[in-house]
Amino acid sequence: MSDRARVMALHGGVLLALLAAHFVLPAYHHGNMARIMVLASYAMGYNIVFGYTGLLSLGHALLFAAGMYGMGLAVQHPGIGAGGALVIGTFAGGALAAALGLLALRTTGVAFMIVTLMFAQAGYLSVLYFADWTRGDEGFVIAHASRILWGIDLSDAGYRYLAAWVLFALVLGACLWLVRAPVGRSLIAIRENEPRLAMLGYNTFRLKLMAMTVSGIIAGASGAAYAVLFGYAGASFAGVEYSILPLLWVLLGGAGTALGPLIGTFFMFYLIDLSSGVTTAYMLIAGAALVLLTLFAPQGMMGELRRRIWRWLP
Amino acid sequence: MLSLERISAGYGAAQVLREVSLDVGPGEILCLMGRNGAGKTTCMRAIMGLIPLMGGRILLDGAEVSALPAHKVARAGIGYVPQGRRLFAGLSVAQNLEIGMRARASPPEVLEEVLDLFPRLRERYRQQAQTLSGGEQQMLATARALCIRPKVLLLDEPTEGLQPSMVEAIREVTLVMRDRGVAVLAVEQRLDAVLQIADRVAFIENGRASSMMPVEALRDHPGLAARYLGV
Repeated sequence: MSDRARVMALHGGVLLALLAAHFVLPAYHHGNMARIMVLASYAMGYNIVFGYTGLLSLGHALLFAAGMYGMGLAVQHPGIGAGGALVIGTFAGGALAAALGLLALRTTGVAFMIVTLMFAQAGYLSVLYFADWTRGDEGFVIAHASRILWGIDLSDAGYRYLAAWVLFALVLGACLWLVRAPVGRSLIAIRENEPRLAMLGYNTFRLKLMAMTVSGIIAGASGAAYAVLFGYAGASFAGVEYSILPLLWVLLGGAGTALGPLIGTFFMFYLIDLSSGVTTAYMLIAGAALVLLTLFAPQGMMGELRRRIWRWLP
Repeated sequence: MLSLERISAGYGAAQVLREVSLDVGPGEILCLMGRNGAGKTTCMRAIMGLIPLMGGRILLDGAEVSALPAHKVARAGIGYVPQGRRLFAGLSVAQNLEIGMRARASPPEVLEEVLDLFPRLRERYRQQAQTLSGGEQQMLATARALCIRPKVLLLDEPTEGLQPSMVEAIREVTLVMRDRGVAVLAVEQRLDAVLQIADRVAFIENGRASSMMPVEALRDHPGLAARYLGV
């Protein structure tokens, strides 16, 4: 079997398994999986910048929140329908990512982390400051009527799961295509050594800006989808926690692997979910698990699988 | 083809190169020699635009490339094989070469020509670069630079640490490139290698190009190498 066939079989199989889960999961886990797929889509967008291009951004909450508020404010104030609002949210994430990239990509390393973090904090504070529009810390609920897309009620658990699955499938497909295309290999080459790629004639700034923008489009689409599927836009999604979480998900699942973000998001989500049912010190358990995983699987779960068994994993 | 006119360069406030002038023409191999720390690699990096010039200018076919960033220098036709191979280790041989091919949109026949020069790479085509031997990695680094169809090829210690058969293979390819009209500027420490491939030799001493001569002069006066290299 060729590598391409293996890749298609594995990723197609995962998509089919997630689709089949829709029919068998109990209601609680059904809702969780819908949430995990949306958050994993966000993490896949983050993975393009961090896992493949090697840029450690600490400002992606800005892009996720841009999508969420782009969508939410569009339905809340001018009363745009769900379809148009989703497009606006997606565009907001991409446009903000391009603007952020134009400024932040002039820095590298720690300076890049700090610049992206500062912009994200500025975004978070803006959400709080313009409380007349955003309802500040409280956030706002998306009205039921604004959650109907082409006659489909996305507040219904079944449709919500399927919509999350469609988003996840689209993002996974796009990421797989991107990282297997020549431009994706250029991004990996940037991660490996940027000056080396420049010495071959590549404008690495332009490539990084492209990666940042694509990542922002995916983060924006995920944020907008989260708002419409779960009916809420809140300031907590713009906070620093939502910049750190995709980093953790990607690191746990495997940076620079297409399925790593899903595995990492799933693992973290359920680790916290299960441990919080046992003890109030659930973050201690989560922390210990993270330390163990980092010690024994430093490349993340899918990264270790690739290193040990499936070298063809994209 | 490539002319360095009184270039000065360094790192931060530390000046390493002082008014170095060199030129290498089409179909010529100029070997740059000098003791460790003399400024040979700095000279290469300055040509590639990886460090800014403090003075002087660099011309390629009469057009100034001094102020260009590295990617534009490469697009202008200068290929660089840095010291220590510097591959994209996580990518395969094919993917490393593909990156070279795409840099200046080289036609597919260029890849065939390059693989003809390095048959070993054809055998290892799907293998990850990090799993290649040192000599094969040097071949790949050189092949990748050739994929951009360079007018000028900069080689920084291309035979360092290689076994004799690999040294010979790299040497042969360097001569083929010269015969195809490529200007080659090579940093080389091994006197035997210089005597075999160079047309001219330049010595760098304390950041200055202290002497430039045809290789025959070095062959006829072995004491010259001892004087400049301390060997």
